[in-house]
Amino acid sequence: MTGAVATLQALVAEGVDTIFGYPGGAIIPIYDALYDFKDQLHHVLVRHEQGGIHAAQGYARASGRVGVVLATSGPGATNLVTGLADALIDSTPLVCITGQVFAHLLGTDAFQETDIINITTPITKWNYQVTKAEEIPEALAKAFYIARSGRPGPVLIDITKNAQQQAFDAPDYRPCTHIRSYRPAPVVRPEYIEQAAALINSAKRPFILWGQGVVLGAAEREFRAFVEKSGIPAAWTILGVGALATDHPLNVGMLGMHGNYGPNVLTNECDVLIAIGMRFDDRVTGRLDKYARQAQIIHLDIDPTEIDKNVQTTVPVWGDCKETLPLLTALVEHKAHPEWLARFHDHMAQEVDAVIREELFPTSDELTMGEVMQQLNELTGGEAVIVSDVGQHQMVACRYARQNQSRSHVTSGGLGTMGFALPAAIGAKFGAPHRPVVAVIGDGGIQMTIQELGTIMQTGVDVKIIILNNQFLGMVRQWQELFHQRRYSFVDIQSPDYVAVAAGYRIAGQRVDARPDLRPALARMLAHPGSFLLEVMVTKENNIFPMVPQGCSVAEIRLR
Amino acid sequence: MDRQEYNITAYTENQVGLLNRIAIIFSRRKINIESLNVSPSEIEGIHRFNIVIVETEEVVHKLAKQIEKQVEVLKVYFNTNQDVIWQEMALYKVPTDIIAEKVLVERLLRENGARAVVIRKDYTVFETTGHREETDNLIKALQPYGLIEFVRSARIAIIKASDGFHLKLQEFEQREPSEEVAENEFLNDRDAVFTM
Ligand SMILES: Cc1ncc(C[n+]2csc(CCOP(=O)(O)OP(=O)(O)O)c2C)c(N)n1
Repeated sequence: MTGAVATLQALVAEGVDTIFGYPGGAIIPIYDALYDFKDQLHHVLVRHEQGGIHAAQGYARASGRVGVVLATSGPGATNLVTGLADALIDSTPLVCITGQVFAHLLGTDAFQETDIINITTPITKWNYQVTKAEEIPEALAKAFYIARSGRPGPVLIDITKNAQQQAFDAPDYRPCTHIRSYRPAPVVRPEYIEQAAALINSAKRPFILWGQGVVLGAAEREFRAFVEKSGIPAAWTILGVGALATDHPLNVGMLGMHGNYGPNVLTNECDVLIAIGMRFDDRVTGRLDKYARQAQIIHLDIDPTEIDKNVQTTVPVWGDCKETLPLLTALVEHKAHPEWLARFHDHMAQEVDAVIREELFPTSDELTMGEVMQQLNELTGGEAVIVSDVGQHQMVACRYARQNQSRSHVTSGGLGTMGFALPAAIGAKFGAPHRPVVAVIGDGGIQMTIQELGTIMQTGVDVKIIILNNQFLGMVRQWQELFHQRRYSFVDIQSPDYVAVAAGYRIAGQRVDARPDLRPALARMLAHPGSFLLEVMVTKENNIFPMVPQGCSVAEIRLR
Repeated sequence: MDRQEYNITAYTENQVGLLNRIAIIFSRRKINIESLNVSPSEIEGIHRFNIVIVETEEVVHKLAKQIEKQVEVLKVYFNTNQDVIWQEMALYKVPTDIIAEKVLVERLLRENGARAVVIRKDYTVFETTGHREETDNLIKALQPYGLIEFVRSARIAIIKASDGFHLKLQEFEQREPSEEVAENEFLNDRDAVFTM
């Protein structure tokens, strides 16, 4: 068979059902072979390779499976760069397959040749260039194994055109289960579990911070059992959202720069901090030298480079939290911490008074982003997959969306990539076809990947799009207002008539700028068979509070 | 914390592109590599990187973990100069006529632990091996006689205390012949590895 056929057989053998891609000269042989694989592999033709990789990310995050992307050499491959960087920092398992010029042309500046291996080295978990058909099965087997094992991440396989065309005797496909130099699943050490449990059992004011590691390890149940037995208040990073339902009594809210008041302030008052599958990102910790100095720190993580990277731990628990959490739960005492928990509730009450009530139930005439989320919560009952872009609306979506189940919020956390949400929502719908998918996007971000409306049109995928239009690059405007004396430098942005644009793509839509129309419009959107674009005109100059200003400690979070 | 020379030893698979992957770990933090040597190790298919940088222990800890995290890297150690036996090699090219005429060559060689590698009519090449001060000494001695060219190699280092990596690898592979098991001796040396 040819290398191209071997490539697709490998995808099928790995259980891939959906791939996102865009053809071109250097990958034509694989596309040619794909013509005969239509029954097994559903290919989604995106409108830009960046859209393709964000869609694959959305697919992976919503489904828990590996996202697959095809792109041609040169410009096709370089258009994947942002998505690779995004996927690496957010630990999203991807296998990207790029075409490359003929092997004999490598290094000659041939037409559409770029050195994509070197370009993507710092932004992939692993990459490899295939120059002979015989290498294909093994390279792909390794790619899938590396992408999804340990701490997941993006992998790129670059295949020269001759390797795609070459015929060879392909052996039966063998999935990879072991690489000599790669140890993704550490052996858990009981003594550290014991030390951690002893620390937790002696704690007066213990506090749990959880991140996406819980979701990536598919350890939501184990996590809940731990939280419920230990009775410890728990707060989440934006990628951890949903691992414990929003209205669980021990879920005390979101951490970080625009997180909730209590979790941030009380980080500096707890005596034992239990960090689970999170990496102490600077958006979460604020100033490190003033971060939880009083606390003993237990850090559960599968990636040893995260332990002690930013915050010095007292007890490191290296391992997959699916494995470590049950061991820990077995050793912790059944407890409740009513007074300590009440302090989170007190802070929440303050935050409701100062910020949340007015944001969700505004008394002014103008619509707020928060009330859109509030109405959406009421209509979906927390069952929708929310895909948010980057900016103020993202923080509002993360803060206020109700989530009853895991893998319900897809957003670009570590890289903060504008333009992520529309394609990621398309991917999320393919990854979780039976769930409603609602993208929440700013008027800035939508214009970065608006071409993917074409993908929606062509595939008929059902994605609900809410554009929260404040006529500004809102988050930058907020910083300029707060920290640059309101010098609004290039943040007012004009929009096209989105409803008309959607109509041009044969997508239904509506624009809302008055409160009485909001709920009916949301209901109409949700009831609509197929995609729908809803533009909501919201207050132009609203700020997201609370906020930990950059360079401040988490305890210095401002309510106003 | 004090910055000093650290010798980082990485055992890796022999893969195209890995040098770049490792180099990036330094360059993205704007750390200059003082010396870099890559060679096959005593184990077939396994290469050995010797990297010298001047940094604090804390930074070196984190770098070592980042390198070890790369898929094709088996194991990374780091040591101060006290903990390794290290050598650099230097070559010196000088005009033969001057040397022959003016210098007591034999004495020069003996005093500097050097040897002549090539003697031609037009020039002679000497070689010394040792620490920086030692190889520097011969430069000083030869400079007055018209040193034409000088070159020094990267540092190679062997860890004093270790029983060698070979044994360790055998252990790994015995314990982990297939998919599941992973060695976690990282945590055994928690103080050495995890404190920063
Ligand atoms: C690709 C990219 N470019 C620039 C930025 C910087 N940035 C962060 S938020 C933001 C404004 C987003 O504006 P909009 O999409 O309208 O959302 P809003 O904040 O108004 O909700 C910008 C420009 C970014 N995160 N990503």
